[in-house]
Parts: sequence; structure tokens; C-alpha cells
Amino acid sequence: MRSRPKIAITFATLLAAATLGTAASASTTPDAIIAGEITVFAAASLTDSFTAIGEAFETEYPDADVTFNFAASSDLVSQINEGAPADVFASADRTNMDKLTDAAGNGDDPQTFATNSLAIIVEPGNPEGITGIESLADPDLIVVTCAPEVPIGAYSQQVFENAGVEVEPDSFEENVKGVVTKVAEGEADAGLVYTTDVIAAGDDAEGVDIPADINVVAEYPIAVTADAPNPDGASMFEAFVLSDAGQTVLADFGFGPPEAAPSDTTSTDSSAADSTVPETTEA
Amino acid sequence: MPGRRSRRDRERLPVPALALAVIAIAFFALPFIGLLWRAPWSAAWSTLSGGGVGTALRLSIVCSLWATALSALFGVPLAWLLARVDFPGRGFVRALCTLSMVLPPVVGGVALFFAIGRRGLFGQYLDRWFGITIPFTTTAVVIAQTFVAMPFLVLTVEAALRQLDRRYDEAARTLGASRWYAFRRVTLPAIRPALVAGAVLAWARALGEFGATITFAGNYPGTTQTMPLAIYIARESDQDKAIVLSLVLIAVSFAVLAGLRDRWMTTGTGTGGDGRRAVLVAP
Repeated sequence: MRSRPKIAITFATLLAAATLGTAASASTTPDAIIAGEITVFAAASLTDSFTAIGEAFETEYPDADVTFNFAASSDLVSQINEGAPADVFASADRTNMDKLTDAAGNGDDPQTFATNSLAIIVEPGNPEGITGIESLADPDLIVVTCAPEVPIGAYSQQVFENAGVEVEPDSFEENVKGVVTKVAEGEADAGLVYTTDVIAAGDDAEGVDIPADINVVAEYPIAVTADAPNPDGASMFEAFVLSDAGQTVLADFGFGPPEAAPSDTTSTDSSAADSTVPETTEA
Repeated sequence: MPGRRSRRDRERLPVPALALAVIAIAFFALPFIGLLWRAPWSAAWSTLSGGGVGTALRLSIVCSLWATALSALFGVPLAWLLARVDFPGRGFVRALCTLSMVLPPVVGGVALFFAIGRRGLFGQYLDRWFGITIPFTTTAVVIAQTFVAMPFLVLTVEAALRQLDRRYDEAARTLGASRWYAFRRVTLPAIRPALVAGAVLAWARALGEFGATITFAGNYPGTTQTMPLAIYIARESDQDKAIVLSLVLIAVSFAVLAGLRDRWMTTGTGTGGDGRRAVLVAP
């Protein structure tokens, strides 16, 4: 598995150019070798969608072998900064991506590849009759959110603030799956999760929409790490995620398009783009 | 094994054994040295005085002591049963009662949900008949900790009971002591070092318990957020804070373990006059 023969190089490249079009040409060199192991560190909320994208990628590039490490973005970024051999990092928020690119200079220019919003998750059938964020202020309800230290926990606080509602959660979970499980098992009455988590929960839970004017749009950036053991494969994987093929999969799992990202991030993007012009540091 | 004598004679290990032992010491010491090396000493004080640490530490100590007490209360009779009474299915019962040692703690937490959670097999009646819901309370923390910690005490005490010469017990009985009296006045003092060792193991396990707690009890400062949970959540946003908190927990644990070991857990350094301890030293 580990060391596959690097055959059909030109074929793979041609195929890549043909299928990926503009997205591919943006970040890969023409003579890239898309083979061998590509290690992708991705946020836990991307587990299902990236697994599907990985399968599609391997179908496209049979010589490539994509392996994933799914965990909280904060865990992943500290693992990479401590030297874990990651090729690609896909974060659930910009803060953790910044820890990779700014603090450690450990990745290239991050691209936003998806967006997500928040929803209230309730038990199937909504037995407590929860209609919106205001309903969660009821002290008799068992409400769980993520801890403010986790991206979605911070977003949850933001939503409460936007709605002008005081909610006292009964538990601050360390990841969003903890919120889903506790609601799906009936131990909690309601929780705040990503829209994609409600879809992933299927019949185990139900979602209550949060209006766009008080909702938060979470941005998912992706970058190739500076020490990527397989830089060409990494660039091609990033391009694949940004391509129509990758975007279709992400949309199937409930993610919004990158264009839905809040406009204030354009400043970050442009400054990042500026900095790449004078200093293209190749590791 | 000579108990008293080995201390006085300063037994010398053969060189290969000594070398292996030194490697073992290094194996345990190196990670802690690494932690100390990375510790943000300048920020330590502000982190410690920043509140929340005391709350989590107090909760950790209180809960782990409760878990240890409950483990001893129920674990000693259980060990007595397993060691002394020959009943059909004893091997099965022993395996059952120590299963939580090998179970991934998160699974243990989920299993506790299914049993005594709000919708659990038994928990639903607690809720319906008495209005008691255990999850998200300090009681849940103690239950989760006891669940994973008690086997350490049971196994230690059971081993000691098996090694103990039953004739001491029987002699007491022939002199008219009741079963209970003989256990309390002959057996229990004889296994005291094992009991203390088991209790310390159980306490250490309870103090470090993370997975079952966060799954079953949730994470809320002051109610269910023990030190390991606080450390884990802190790591999401601030690794330095997590390291400082870890050092606090390590210091407390180390002080207790080092303090107890020589005083209570060795058989040879009795504070004099306690002849019954010799029982354990005998082969």
C-alpha cells in the first residue's frame, strides 16, 4: 500500500488537467506526480464528506492513496506544528488555520472551500416543541453546546448574542458529535450543531432552523502544509476539493459554497495573497 | 521475597537488570521532562490565578475521593466474595467486574447512559418515579469514576486475600470469633497494605478519568468539569494553559503517590508493634 509503483505519471497529469480545469491549474505544477500516500488532516465535521471526496479522488487517481486523520481542528493544527506528517490541512475555522500559517509559517495560502451554518438539533418529532433560539432560554430544558474554546462553541455564543437570548447550557461538550449524541440519545433536549450534523444524524435527530440574520457562517479553509511529504499529491487533493467534483460532494452533505463566506475575510485573503508575492519560501 | 531484609542489606541488582530498570525509569521520566521543558513558566502564575483552576481541582479531588470511598465500600466485599467463595460462574463474575478496565472509557460512559441515563434501561424509571436524572450532575462524575476505578481496588485486594493464609482466619473462628469479626480484626489488618495500594490505584485512576466523565456527566464548570476535562478543553484554544493545568494535577498526584508509598504501601517499614503485617511477607 505504502509504496505503489509510480506509473502512468503523464496519464494522470493529463487526466487531471482535463477533469479539473482551472482549479487544478491554479495550484499544481504541470508535471506533478499524483501517486503515493496523501495524508489529509481534516476537521471532525468533515468526516463523512471528505471520506467521500477521498474515494472520488482515488477513483480519479488510482495511484494515489488518501489517508485521513479526522479530529478537532485545534488538535490537528497542534499535531502538524509538532511535526506530524500531514500533506493537507482542512480546518473548520480560520483561527486554527491561522495557527498553522501565521504562527508557524507551516502552510501555503489557505483557500476557503466550504461554509457551514448553525442549527438547533432536537429529538425526532421535536417533543419539547422547540421553535427557535428563544425556546432554549427555558431553564427546564437540558441544553448542550460546545465549549467556547471549540469553534462551534464560539459560534453558538455568537448566535445567542445575536438573538439577544440568555441560554445557560447544562454541558459544554468538547466536540460537536458529543452534542449530537447527547440529543440523539435523549439525554439532552436540544443543542447547537452545524447544519451538516443534522443531515448526518439522519433519523436519529431533527433540526430547527436558525434565521440567517442571527446565524453565523463558518468558513472552512484548506492548505497544503509546508513540510508536506507529498506536495504534488497534496496540491492536487486541494484542487480536487475546490473543483466541481469536490464541491458537489460537499453540497450533498449540506455544506454551503465558499462564496457564502462573510465578506470581511477578503481582507485576510488579500493580505495573504500579497505576502506570497515577495517571499515564495519553498521548504 | 524477604521484606525487611532487602532494605537493610541494600540488595544489588545484576547489571543487565539494573540497565533495564534505568531505561524504564527514563521511559517514565522523559515525557514529564518534556512537559516541564515546554511549560510556559512566565505565564504560569497568571494562568493559575485566572480562576477556574481552583474550582476544577477541588471538584477533581472531592469526586475522586468519593469514588475511592465507594470503591472500597463495595470493592472489598466483592474481592472477599471472589477470593473466598467458590460459586458457579465465579470466573464470569470476575471478568464482568473488571471489564470496565479494558473498556474504552468513552464506551463506558455511553454504556452508563444506556443503563442509568434519562432514557436508559433503569434511568427512565428514576426519572419517571422519582424525578431523578443523573447525567450532567456531580453524582454522574462520581459514578463514572467509580465505574472505571473500582476494578483496580478489587483486583489488588482479591490477590492479597488469595495469598493470605486462611488458617489465621480459621484460628480466629475456632476461638469463637464470628465471620465478620474475624474478617475485620484478622483478615482486614493483614491485607491493609494491599487495600491501601488498591485504594491509591483506584484514586489515581479516578483522578485522571476523562472519557467516561465527559460522555456521561458532561462538562460544566463547578458541577462536572474536573481537571482532566478542564485540561482537554483548555488545549482546544490555549496549549500553554493546558500545560500549566496538567502540571498542577501532576504535582498533586505526585505528592500523594510519593507520600503514601513509603508510609503505607510497603510491608517492611511498619511503625513497629504490628506483628500481623508479617503475614503478608510470608510466602
